[in-house]
Amino acid sequence: MIKIGVPSKGRLMEKTFDWFGTRGVTLRLAGAEREYSGAVDGVEGVELVLLSAGEIPRELAAGRIHLGVTGSDLVRDKLADWSSLVTEWAPLGFGQADLIIAVPTCWVDVDTLDDLDAAAAAFRKAHGFRLRIATKYHRLVREFLTAQGVADYQLVDSQGATEGTVKNLTAEAIADITSSGETLRANHLKILSDALIHSSQAVLFASHAACWDTAQRATMARLAALLGLTVPEYLTRPTV
Amino acid sequence: MMQSPGPERARSDRLADWFVAKGATRIEADILQPAETLLDLYGEDIRARAYITADPLRGEMMLRPDFTVPVVQQHMAGGAEPAIYAYSGPVFRKQDRAGDRPSEYHQAGIEIFRRDLPEQSDALVFSLITQVLAENGLHLRPVIGDIGILMAAVRGLATTDRRKQALLRHIWRPHRFRALLDRFSGRAPMPAARKQVLDRLGQGTPADLIAQAGTFTGLRGADEITARAEALIEDARTPPLAAPEAALLYDLVSLQAPSCAALDHLRGITPLLPAITPAVDRFAARLTALSSHGIDVDTLPFEASHGRTSLEYYDGFVFSFLADDASLPPVASGGRYDALTAVLGQGRSIPAVGGVIRAGLFARLQGGQP
Repeated sequence: MIKIGVPSKGRLMEKTFDWFGTRGVTLRLAGAEREYSGAVDGVEGVELVLLSAGEIPRELAAGRIHLGVTGSDLVRDKLADWSSLVTEWAPLGFGQADLIIAVPTCWVDVDTLDDLDAAAAAFRKAHGFRLRIATKYHRLVREFLTAQGVADYQLVDSQGATEGTVKNLTAEAIADITSSGETLRANHLKILSDALIHSSQAVLFASHAACWDTAQRATMARLAALLGLTVPEYLTRPTV
Repeated sequence: MMQSPGPERARSDRLADWFVAKGATRIEADILQPAETLLDLYGEDIRARAYITADPLRGEMMLRPDFTVPVVQQHMAGGAEPAIYAYSGPVFRKQDRAGDRPSEYHQAGIEIFRRDLPEQSDALVFSLITQVLAENGLHLRPVIGDIGILMAAVRGLATTDRRKQALLRHIWRPHRFRALLDRFSGRAPMPAARKQVLDRLGQGTPADLIAQAGTFTGLRGADEITARAEALIEDARTPPLAAPEAALLYDLVSLQAPSCAALDHLRGITPLLPAITPAVDRFAARLTALSSHGIDVDTLPFEASHGRTSLEYYDGFVFSFLADDASLPPVASGGRYDALTAVLGQGRSIPAVGGVIRAGLFARLQGGQP
């Protein structure tokens, strides 16, 4: 049996169902309304597991699911050394959003990371603490800013309504996902011109740690044929 | 991850005992350190490397990523001068890649706090580590550097204070330093985004522009925005570094040669870059001191950019001892960190130099004998 983890609600779930449906694999909710139970038609040996999108990276890494659909941003942020744990099997072409850094529109002197870095140095001198950037994407943002050589900032955790932290004076800047930018504008924030941290979309991931015996590999080959994909290279090597 | 902590710990303790036999005083440090001090020192990057945990009363705490900071704090809290300390114990560093680098390993180290004769202290630390490695049959590749020379060169540039401060602030981030140097020397064109900001700033006073930008939001004040806007305008008017001066700095950053040859080279450029003269004199005095400890400075490799990595605080002499296998971290490393003592000393400071040995790696290279 191959287990495939899919987000348990919302547009991400619907779009995932559509994507598989148009390829002859029907994913559907089973059981009573609101019951998190799913079924798969059109291919033998595949079981649907409904999960929170944020937990799918962890389940893939642990090998408790073989396949999983979630945002490429979540996998990169939640898994250290993600590419050694999962393979991006297929980008699904929906759920697009950009992880960016935004600062107040009134910062007329700041447009790039270079400006942000200089502003952070001066801010720390003036206020006695490091410039705060609110985000929930700690690993992605920190790795990006380290690679870009930005200093004198600190990340503060914000799990929601991140755009409001600047007005509430709990952060000076934010790093968050945006698709249209409307929420940013409504909160008097602008995007730095060179701080696109990651362009995210929904991706079908394959776990490296899951059990891939002969039976699972045979199911994977059938599923791949239906989806019009090639089996990931690591699953074509002999088992050890 | 650690296979057998027993022999590694014993090896580490014996190294510290060896330093004690050479005149050091054994010192201990808490494993749990207040995170705030280390975060303020290293910045957010340390979160990727250190284990941070929460204490209900003391706030964020960190498993010590090294001994230097707690040892400096203890010394500043009332140690006698001069002082030589030795220590041994586990340090903790998160590893972000799957592999066999341990996240908990033992370090044995030595730190010297002494106001006079800094080059003698530099040479003492280096020669003691050389000696203990050799006595145990480890013949590693040493390399030395001197961040003080690079800092002196930056301070001596004929340009604005602001540009010098920007370069000094990023001296441990070679990539960013290089980008700034390229821009200040005119080798890289002004980025389009900067040009746009300047065009915008040319259309009105900063106060007008802030007002036009709409609702004011955030803690960073209009005065701070105005000050930086004015700094940008001033910087745009600043002429590029003179070509010969810039060329010397590029040359300096990439200088790699045996120490004596490096000194000759540096002596050759001091007439053109007189600000580095005191730092080069210190380098020369250090080589003499190393020589008196029996170190062959004719062959000792020197790299001007050695030790320029983030999560470091060295501002003078730096050194490493490397194994043949380039995938291994340095077996021993260290350097001078005078400025760190000022940061941690709240107004007081003392010149300091130190070095550490990775005891587990040391034992492994000895062929597993602990």
